[in-house]
Amino acid sequence: MADQQNTGGVTMPSKPPPWNDPVVRSIVFQIVALILLAWFFWTIFQNTLTNMETRGISTGFAFLNREAGFGILMSLIEYDESHTYGRTFVVGLLNTILVSVLGIIIATILGFVMGVARLSDNWIVARLASIYVETLRNIPLLLQLFFWYTAVLQALPGPRSSLKLSENIYLNNRGLNIPKPIFQDGFEFVWIALLVAIAGIFVLRRWATKRLDETGHTFPVFWTSVGLFIGLPLLVFLIMGLPLNFEVARATRFSLSGGANLIPEFIALLIGLSTYTAAFIAEIVRAGILAVSHGQTEAARSLGLRHGQTLQLIVIPQAMRVIIPPLTSQYLNLTKNSSLAAAIAYPDLVSVFAGTTLNQAGQALEIIGMVMAVYLSLSLGISFLMNLYNKKMALVER
Amino acid sequence: MTDSNWQPAPSLPPPAATVGWIGWVRANLISSFSNSVLTVVLGVAIIYYGWQILDWALFSADFAGVDQKDCESSGACWVFIRSRLDFFIYGFYPNAEIWRINVMFGLLAVLIIPHFFEGFKHKKLFGWLLITAFPVVSGILLLGGILGLEPVETDKWGGLALTLVLAFVGIVAALPLGILLALGRRSDMPIIRGICVCFIELWRGVPLISVLFMASVMLPLFLPEGVNFNKLLRALIGITMFQSAYMAEVVRGGLQAIPKGQYEAAAALGLGYWKSMRLIILPQALKLVIPGIVNTFIGLFKDTTLVLIIGLFEVLQTMNTSITDPAWSNVAVEGYVFAGAVFWVFCYAMSKYSQALERKLHTGHKR
Amino acid sequence: MSDASTTESNSNDLAIQMIDVNKWYGEFHVLKNIDLNVSRGERIVICGPSGSGKSTTIRCINRLEEHQRGQIIVDGTELTNDLKNIEIIRREVGMVFQHFNLFPHLTVLENLVLAPMRVRNIPRAEAEKTGMEYLERVKIPEQAQKFPGQLSGGQQQRVAIARSLCMNPRIMLFDEPTSALDPEMIKEVLDTMIELAETGMTMLCVTHEMGFAKTVADRVIFMDGGEIVEENEPNEFFDNPQHERTRLFLSQILAH
Repeated sequence: MADQQNTGGVTMPSKPPPWNDPVVRSIVFQIVALILLAWFFWTIFQNTLTNMETRGISTGFAFLNREAGFGILMSLIEYDESHTYGRTFVVGLLNTILVSVLGIIIATILGFVMGVARLSDNWIVARLASIYVETLRNIPLLLQLFFWYTAVLQALPGPRSSLKLSENIYLNNRGLNIPKPIFQDGFEFVWIALLVAIAGIFVLRRWATKRLDETGHTFPVFWTSVGLFIGLPLLVFLIMGLPLNFEVARATRFSLSGGANLIPEFIALLIGLSTYTAAFIAEIVRAGILAVSHGQTEAARSLGLRHGQTLQLIVIPQAMRVIIPPLTSQYLNLTKNSSLAAAIAYPDLVSVFAGTTLNQAGQALEIIGMVMAVYLSLSLGISFLMNLYNKKMALVER
Repeated sequence: MTDSNWQPAPSLPPPAATVGWIGWVRANLISSFSNSVLTVVLGVAIIYYGWQILDWALFSADFAGVDQKDCESSGACWVFIRSRLDFFIYGFYPNAEIWRINVMFGLLAVLIIPHFFEGFKHKKLFGWLLITAFPVVSGILLLGGILGLEPVETDKWGGLALTLVLAFVGIVAALPLGILLALGRRSDMPIIRGICVCFIELWRGVPLISVLFMASVMLPLFLPEGVNFNKLLRALIGITMFQSAYMAEVVRGGLQAIPKGQYEAAAALGLGYWKSMRLIILPQALKLVIPGIVNTFIGLFKDTTLVLIIGLFEVLQTMNTSITDPAWSNVAVEGYVFAGAVFWVFCYAMSKYSQALERKLHTGHKR
Repeated sequence: MSDASTTESNSNDLAIQMIDVNKWYGEFHVLKNIDLNVSRGERIVICGPSGSGKSTTIRCINRLEEHQRGQIIVDGTELTNDLKNIEIIRREVGMVFQHFNLFPHLTVLENLVLAPMRVRNIPRAEAEKTGMEYLERVKIPEQAQKFPGQLSGGQQQRVAIARSLCMNPRIMLFDEPTSALDPEMIKEVLDTMIELAETGMTMLCVTHEMGFAKTVADRVIFMDGGEIVEENEPNEFFDNPQHERTRLFLSQILAH
């Protein structure tokens, strides 16, 4: 029969005609898709080149070496108008990193507190935390940023009538003015002492665990660590003769001069980002703690473990497995949301580079490409790390 | 020893100190010393600040009047809101044509409100109308130019009407695209899968602002000479691309939740790929992820505010311009509180709906 | 048969004394006038229909549930809101749960040594030695480095029993220890419990396993509607139930 083929005595199923063969169809389909995609990108590419020529926009990254010619409100590194566009990229990037890292730290602490508070025995505490979460989660972040920036910070008095929060700390509509630390000779030893203290804490922990194993006695590691962290650098500081001065603000005719100034844009962005993300983190923490079955707590308590021990050894390790993946997601969101700085003129990466530099240099393709590349690599990098962490932490099952 | 005359004991009421509101207070407010201290401190703070807020918002506030002069007291100046309300809702839409936006609002209400009622029979029909006929009808209504309606250019659109247009078109366009991407990501063909993964991860990894900048600045460069999209269309394209990536992940979650047996049964019945997707898999998957879709919509609704950065006058921007209008001073707090309240009402209602749906679907999906 | 509830007033011989214990969940009167005395070394089985309050009764003994009226005295210490007393009692009372409640993020051995190290401050080496001894007694020493998720239900419950024993309790409470197990694993857990009983441990078991009750129990208690209906030594209890309700219950569970 024509349907069978004999290959050396073994009967194989016959091959269908190519247009019905799923393997062939799949390959053809994919090739067609690739061709369509390539054509699509090619057309866009051609259009872009033509349009850029017509409008007199140059290409290439040479513009990064041209002089910027504009000032930036806040910079962690040396910067003025004579620096290059490339430098504006770095300044913007550092500002983004600064507000993101600080935002993540504050949001995490606030979020954990709120999440635990929602589970509190005290009805008032639980309700207040719920109101916090439900309010901030349902209002757009941009609106909250405007609120903090416009309604709160700009309503502050001018420099001449600053609010005095405490000795040498002033709050006005130019920002928060705090004493600027001026490190003098000998302060390096204090930094070294800090590093030594941190190393010492690790050594202390290992020694305490070993001692617990051998003798069964627990050691107050936490408070000793705190003491070491603060005490050792403080001791060195005193020994070196207090090598630290502060430049404080003095009132001049029109404003305050001196001190270190945190601009209101930065403060507004930081407060807005932190409080908003904390609301989402609170829900994640609450879900994580609830995910640990009550039987675990009951078993731990009936073995005689105290409340604090149960939390530390049984509940929190299990809750963290549930908390960490969505928590990382929120960290990424915070970092991406920091780009809203453009709306309140905080000089982050988008606002400086994809804003001012783009307007002046005109090379939209390269600039927006660079900006998206930064965020993309950050996202992918953190996703990758989180996948590794997830695999490592998964509960071992049969 | 057992007593043969044993009778079951009656059920007694609990000791008075443990139930009723006394019991509740003892358990929830003063169960321990630290708890009691907390209750007292917080209680005092709530009463003190709560009173001040109420005073500002209600008792000392100004409700009647037309302009700044009517806002003399130390309370909230709600006159500001009342006089600018039309701007917040309709933007720059010509006064004579506002009835068209009202018709659109009316249609929206008619299509959405019945969903909140348990026994309503035509939920599915109304759902379909909401994502197919409604956008088309609204588009015609707002744009005009045909059927005897005056044409109104898109740069006159603004306020709450614009916000709703952006959010709605965003979701309606992102949903089919997201479904295709989700299917593609689960495909056996490596090239298709690769393309979809790259597309999804690209849009999910970058902030929406950069997408909007891209749409606003780079899109004109991509298009052949002469073709130009207006600002609104560019924003919509950017939003759609962005949302489709998140929608794809939501739909993918639904597809993964369908047991393999369903795919196998569909194949065994002789249904090809597209037929089994359309008739068997997708209806189940989409129903499963309706809460996720609603959550994405809530996110999109909040994200529409970002378009003000590229110059569109959605509701937050109308508030901003009103606040900085020289005819009014010191109304920033009132403005943002009102705008925040409007968003909050929408988003909270949607999230409650999504939670209720999730509870309902969870119980119906016992496996 | 000794009548522990009337003559023995010397509390030194009594492991557990429950005097007129009443408990409410909100308005619902879940435990009514529970009077129960357990002597040292006694083995008690509590049975009854679901919702009868038997689990609640034993959970009151280690304060997993609070009683609103009456007295509970464990090993001479009265159980009140006083945290110190509660901790003392929990060290001497071990509990085995229906759903095992092993700590999934720790290995089997770590599960066993956690409480001895942290509560009784026993050095790790000694705690591990004790742990391995108990693992051998429950016949699964080779599982020491595995995680609970890798064990079968019966193995997990045996680890749970060993975990409680590592604290050297004077009293063991069992809350339906075999109800969550597949039938073929019930025997291994019951055998472990029988062996434990033979060492003279004071045991209070809530269970439906009547064979176990007949083998091991000194007394069987039947609870219904939140109160103790009948108690007797096993033979009398099964052959001569005194009350209608007891008869009904026995006919239902002994039928199949």
